Amino acid sequence: MLALLSLSGPVLAADPEVAIQLHEHHFAPSEIKIPAGTKVKLIIDNQDATPEEFDSFALNREKIVFPKSKAIVFIGPLKPGRYEFIGEFNQQTAKGVVIAE
Amino acid sequence: MFAATLIVFRESLEAALVIGIVAAATRPIAGRGWWIALGAAAGVAGAVGVAAVARSISQWAGGSGQELFTAVVLALAVAMLAWHNVWMASHGRQIAAQARDLGKSVARGEVALTAIVTAIALTVLREGSETVLFLVGIASSANSSRAALAIGSVLGLVAGGAAGTLMYVGLLRVPVNRLFVVTGWLILLLAAGMAGQFARVLIQADVLPALASPLWDTSSWMPDDSVLGTLLRALLGYQAQPSATQVLFYVAALVLIFAAMRRAQSRRPAA
Repeated sequence: MLALLSLSGPVLAADPEVAIQLHEHHFAPSEIKIPAGTKVKLIIDNQDATPEEFDSFALNREKIVFPKSKAIVFIGPLKPGRYEFIGEFNQQTAKGVVIAE
Repeated sequence: MFAATLIVFRESLEAALVIGIVAAATRPIAGRGWWIALGAAAGVAGAVGVAAVARSISQWAGGSGQELFTAVVLALAVAMLAWHNVWMASHGRQIAAQARDLGKSVARGEVALTAIVTAIALTVLREGSETVLFLVGIASSANSSRAALAIGSVLGLVAGGAAGTLMYVGLLRVPVNRLFVVTGWLILLLAAGMAGQFARVLIQADVLPALASPLWDTSSWMPDDSVLGTLLRALLGYQAQPSATQVLFYVAALVLIFAAMRRAQSRRPAA
């Protein structure tokens, strides 16, 4: 369920938001498309009972998401390309990619 | 089990290298082993404490608490390492020369050690709290055997400790009159790496702009998760795809701390 909202306030336009869920140590969706050259607010919803670390060398981001809670990570602006990310605590299953185009 | 090993190794590597370098850098100061151990122990206690309240911390500042907390810890560590280097630049030769005069050198040594020991405690706290959260998470997961988790984590810690020990032993082979210069550079690079990380967490929290991101991409010849890449990351703050702002902070820290060291050195009274 990819949610891409673009909110425009009277003075500033807020960054587009993308929601991603962590369920049974899998990211859903595992493939996220965002516009290149745009800063995006990633909202990670950890529905599992254990903490996870959203970790990406390519995106240069690292954040712990607690069980049954959400975490916000700003990514971009990115050049067009594929940027892989993982859940460091469950690397076998928690994998995904951000595609900037 | 080896997933735990790798994660714990990566987290402990930076702290272990800092400890190894600092232990070598403070060699002439009597009793510094106890101080360093105290710093590491304080870091571990702090890590457990932080992990216990990490969930609350992460909710501060509209969800950016984790990044802001990490930024403060990093900034303090950079300040401590910079202070040590500047202090050594103005007093280093005196400590080595007066090592026989125990009274004076211990007093001076304690001043120098406060900064370094704090830096160690902060680094252990920062890396350790992530590790504690990971261990708590896995321990409560239904899938893994606790024994395997424990063994794997201890292995990771041992591997990290081995790396720090290797660094220390390697540095001890440096001729004494060059040791301060070499460790001074290593500590300078550590501080710059932490300054880069400081920028990264603030970019993540949308406090700083990333600017060109990535500024370069060397992931094809030195990937972040390769052995050498991991080592260079811990020692130099190497990243295959850093943001421009990170590189700016890195270079700024290098230049500013180095300049402060040179200034302290030139103001030293003639020996």
